[in-house]
Amino acid sequence: MDLYEHQARELFEEHGIVVPRAEVTDSPRGAREIARRLGGTVIVKAQVKTGGRGKAGGVRLAADPAAAELTARRILGMDIKGHKVGKVMLAQPVDIDREFYVSYVLDRAAGRFLAIASAEGGMEIEEVAATRPEAVARVPVDPAEGVTSAKAAEIAEAAGLPPQTVDVLVRLWQVLVREDALLVEVNPLVRTAQGRIVALDGKVTLDDNAGFRQSRWGAEAAEQDDPLEARAAALGLNYVKLDGEVGIIGNGAGLVMSTLDVVAGCGARPANFLDIGGGASAQIMADGLSVILSDPAVKSVFVNVFGGITACDAVADGIVRALEEVRLTKPLVVRLDGNNAARGRAVLDARAHPLVEQATTMDGAARRAAQLATT
Amino acid sequence: MAIHLTKESKILVQGMTGGEGMKHTRRMLASGTNVVGGVNPRKAGRAVDFDDRSVPVFGSVHEGIDATGADVTVVFVPPAFAKAAVLEASDAGIGLAVVITEGIPVHDAVAFTAHARTRGTRIIGPNCPGLISPGQSNAGIIPADIAKPGRIGLVSKSGTLTYQLMYELRDIGFSTCVGIGGDPVVGTTHIDCLAAFQDDPDTDLIVLIGEIGGDAEERAAAYIRDHVTKPVVGYIAGFTAPEGRTMGHAGAIVSGSSGTARAKKEALEAAGVKVGSTPTETAQQVLAVLAGGA
Repeated sequence: MDLYEHQARELFEEHGIVVPRAEVTDSPRGAREIARRLGGTVIVKAQVKTGGRGKAGGVRLAADPAAAELTARRILGMDIKGHKVGKVMLAQPVDIDREFYVSYVLDRAAGRFLAIASAEGGMEIEEVAATRPEAVARVPVDPAEGVTSAKAAEIAEAAGLPPQTVDVLVRLWQVLVREDALLVEVNPLVRTAQGRIVALDGKVTLDDNAGFRQSRWGAEAAEQDDPLEARAAALGLNYVKLDGEVGIIGNGAGLVMSTLDVVAGCGARPANFLDIGGGASAQIMADGLSVILSDPAVKSVFVNVFGGITACDAVADGIVRALEEVRLTKPLVVRLDGNNAARGRAVLDARAHPLVEQATTMDGAARRAAQLATT
Repeated sequence: MAIHLTKESKILVQGMTGGEGMKHTRRMLASGTNVVGGVNPRKAGRAVDFDDRSVPVFGSVHEGIDATGADVTVVFVPPAFAKAAVLEASDAGIGLAVVITEGIPVHDAVAFTAHARTRGTRIIGPNCPGLISPGQSNAGIIPADIAKPGRIGLVSKSGTLTYQLMYELRDIGFSTCVGIGGDPVVGTTHIDCLAAFQDDPDTDLIVLIGEIGGDAEERAAAYIRDHVTKPVVGYIAGFTAPEGRTMGHAGAIVSGSSGTARAKKEALEAAGVKVGSTPTETAQQVLAVLAGGA
């Protein structure tokens, strides 16, 4: 789960990293008041979980509180790469002398975290990494040791960062470990004209698996932009909205991803990703169907289940009971294969719902669902 | 012979007395797996009856190994306690720890996989279905009756896609199927399994299943090109999946790969791997290779 910039800023501040004074609001009037509190001139920054804000016009300087209100009005509600701006952060401007880049990121291949740092921070860091990789230091961190002052000095030295950044590097590691983050990135980390090291912008990705021991970023961080995704999340469904016309329900993330591909290969576009997991109970089937059927773009629904641990007759029972709870308004193509597939198919045949049809293979079912959605 | 798991394997189950542990221990036993004990410090000294077998519960992995000579542990312990369970297993000197548990924090997985390396313990998982050498042994939750023994080796990130491919190729059969898990940090990679299958005299062909994210498949492709002489057939899921969470600039800087399904498919094909566009087509390619190469 990605945090908003203002949440990352707050985390950094709590761990003793210097950040600009800033406040968040969802209203232009609030922006004016904040600007007044912050002393007049502010940077107004769209709070969205995507990059490229600056280029999209989501980060602007406002010279006084009246301008801050005007600017906030322009930015609030803006669409940046499909993310609607619901909040802006207003921050005191900082007099920048130099910009650096620092992050700790999971190196999946090595199974440990990697410090990445460069003395050439700013918007073009990816460009720097691609064209002059020697300007970007990559230093593996031993999980048993972590980032001590000595390790931080090694990272700073490797990247050519000034010694004053060592303290920030240590504290940033503490953010990573104590908050169960998968990524902490400061870009830019700046040295001000006054010689202070300030984290000007940050990105933090938290590990959803650590929710049981890290609960404070609950509802707000998990905010969904899409109303169907919000409803699915409230029902505890693993659902992602896509721009297509074939609704998809399957068991297991890999099989569902594969189902999207096979449907796309048949010339239709999947309307969603929905993994109902191993259990596939009647309730989760009913919840899933109701979310998918309320998507006006959906023209047909494809239920693709491989009965591995779960037997197909249990899945078929779940579908039949879900059909009692949810009024089916669009054709449903079901493919049951694996454990007890024949019994499962017989259960659905016996139900004989006029909008439900079955196919014996995944590819055949995908073709049929695509056909129903595109004709 | 199979890889990592044979009929000689003696298996402990950590978390055997929990719901999932009970259910799957029963299934493992039913498929002929030699489960020699469970581990639960609060129930040490008791035994659990599974149909016709009584399985003793030990207070620690160490005790279990001492009493039974176990060389494999299957971990069903809940996420909050999984790290301690895996560290304990490594410290007790277990050779293979199969971590089924889903939802383990990544920092914990980083810690226990690093520790296991220093102790010489192979970890499979976490968040994986485990591995099965059909007809010999089954360590985890892969349904034992999907496919018969045979000469295909399979390695996959995804559980259900493993089952699907096993089902498609059930009559040809498998030496070993390994579900390595889809978490960001796993103890055993595609490459580890490719190397083992390459060396396994009972494996003739390797099926590799991958999905979007990370660059494990790209690295596997490079490994295949340089080290694998047996035929490999691949399948990649996620061509139409939405972009995963954006990892800032750092993700792309680390791997230098986009992690897309297309990039993975192209890397595999460049290494001479046939890549199917659906699971069924992948199975057909396996049959074609076996027919042509025999």
